Amino acid sequence: MDTLKIADKEFTSRLFTGTGKFSSNDLMAKAILASESELVTVALKRVDIDNEQDKMLQSINQPHVNLLPNTSGVRDAKEAVFAAQLAREALETNWIKLEIHPDPKYLLPDPIETLKAAEELVKLGFVVMPYIHADPVLCKRLEEVGAQCVMPLGAPIGTNKGLKTSDFLEIIIEQSNVPVIVDAGIGSPSHAAYAMELGADAVLVNTAIAVSQNPVEMAKAFKMAVEAGRMAYNAKLASIKKHAEASSPLTSFLN
Amino acid sequence: MNKTFQTLFDTYNWDETLASINSKTAHDVEYALSKTKRDLEDFKALVSPAAAPYLEQMAHMSKMTTKKRFGNTIQMYVPMYLSNECQNICTYCGFSMTNKIPRRTLTDEEILKEVAFLKAKGYDHILLVTGEANKTVGVPYIKHAMELIKDQFSNITIEVQPLDQHEYEELIEANLYAVLVYQETYHRDEYKKHHPKGKKSNFDYRLDTADRLGKAGVHKIGIGALFGLEDWRADSFFTALHLKYLQKTYWKTKYSISFPRLRPHSGGLEPKVEMTDRDLVQTICAFRLLDEDVELSMSTRESEVFRNNIVHLGITSLSAESKTNPGGYTVDPQTLEQFEISDERSTELIAEMLKESGLEPVWKDWETFN
Ligand code: SF4
Repeated sequence: MDTLKIADKEFTSRLFTGTGKFSSNDLMAKAILASESELVTVALKRVDIDNEQDKMLQSINQPHVNLLPNTSGVRDAKEAVFAAQLAREALETNWIKLEIHPDPKYLLPDPIETLKAAEELVKLGFVVMPYIHADPVLCKRLEEVGAQCVMPLGAPIGTNKGLKTSDFLEIIIEQSNVPVIVDAGIGSPSHAAYAMELGADAVLVNTAIAVSQNPVEMAKAFKMAVEAGRMAYNAKLASIKKHAEASSPLTSFLN
Repeated sequence: MNKTFQTLFDTYNWDETLASINSKTAHDVEYALSKTKRDLEDFKALVSPAAAPYLEQMAHMSKMTTKKRFGNTIQMYVPMYLSNECQNICTYCGFSMTNKIPRRTLTDEEILKEVAFLKAKGYDHILLVTGEANKTVGVPYIKHAMELIKDQFSNITIEVQPLDQHEYEELIEANLYAVLVYQETYHRDEYKKHHPKGKKSNFDYRLDTADRLGKAGVHKIGIGALFGLEDWRADSFFTALHLKYLQKTYWKTKYSISFPRLRPHSGGLEPKVEMTDRDLVQTICAFRLLDEDVELSMSTRESEVFRNNIVHLGITSLSAESKTNPGGYTVDPQTLEQFEISDERSTELIAEMLKESGLEPVWKDWETFN
């Protein structure tokens, strides 16, 4: 498969995964391994920073797995910048998934605070991966302040509803100069494949794997779906054939 | 954002690009036509020889797409030549430095006289044109001319020598709305041959003009190639590549494409590569099918019959009754034109033609607020 480059890192897998909602650390580790994912998000608030033997971190300690701390739980730009700095120190990475959701019910991202925080974090040397609404203008604004990718949502987080925002995702993908990673809402492998067919550079899946009956098998299914979707995108999908409407000729004046 | 189009452009090779266009098959064309969103590979197929049998279908699709986005309207504009002074040699242009023609640059009084004539015709959008004579017709002159007339037009576009970013910024303060700057040809070596002397011989500076405009924050940028200097298929492709790059980079800016073909002028140059009417229609439709929103502009270089028909096939803005010499409308109709126009009908007749064929001529579509 063709590789994906974000900042200075190259990824062979276009499936990013998360660490939340698994029934055990052991199962989580197995599922992540089966997914072949090379970028795994961890919620900073869940990591026991002072404990070097943190169980969760230990169980995903694989050479090919990069940790992507997220700022989940913060409510504004100030808190996000603080959390990111903490994560950089604790996990020794300058990569940060920027999530600011002041709304505890739907966990919808705050676009204004996200843009502010992204600008600040880029200045502080972070590789910023912002989680946002599927808002094409916001994506361009984030690109301008130096975000290394954008992570628009497919549907509200944890809903498994799929790509409810596909019309906007298409615009974002068409316009973006940085990788577009579809985040949130992907509930099944077919959703992931669809995102890849649309031309997304990667997808991030957590809940759909973690809460399935068999997370390991599901992780494999997602891996295959993402690969199939990407392959289909590269091979250029056939599209729906429309029949031309019969009407008077428009080019007869050329004869 | 220090990169410019040149970085991307330099990754392409002219001959390979042309070979790739010419190798497109009927299958590629049908595939491109079957899609709802098309990319640059699809564009190549649509301007390729393989697309010729699909012209009627392309025209229908282009018409429908344009209607969907622009409705039944055509934006009207008119050029006003301020000066024919020029320190460049361009092999295809009547104003070329070595051409022994009387030179003239309009005075304030003359500008206002021309403006009064055009206003009476109903124009509210104006295109100011000059050659490239930085000493006499530099930024101060252009800015002054704009300030002189800005209260009379809702929208001022210029087609002048490429400028630096700060100069564009200065003109934006004086109500500049849009800038047209055509690359003439994207073929580096051929470009050199046609621009042997003067500032314009700097291919790269011209190529990156749209970037400077984007950075300066002008509302609209018009690009295009002068068809006839080189292979029109490759030049259209590079124009499309330029357009797509600009849209991604300067996303707040609007874009327009023009389709000038070489026209006779004093000291005439025969087109190296002929672009027939059929080819031109194919190109216009290909641009529309690549991009639903881009403005496509048609000047009076083309014939009456051609223009009567092309307004239905994707074009969204049209000039009429144009004079391509300074003072051509009222002051000095006899000065030499930059090139001969082909459609000589009056503004009124063009407006009539549009209305009769179900289109509304739009005279004002924008107000520059400063
Ligand atoms: S094309 Fe422009 S720069 Fe070249 S000679 Fe004519 S007026 Fe001068």
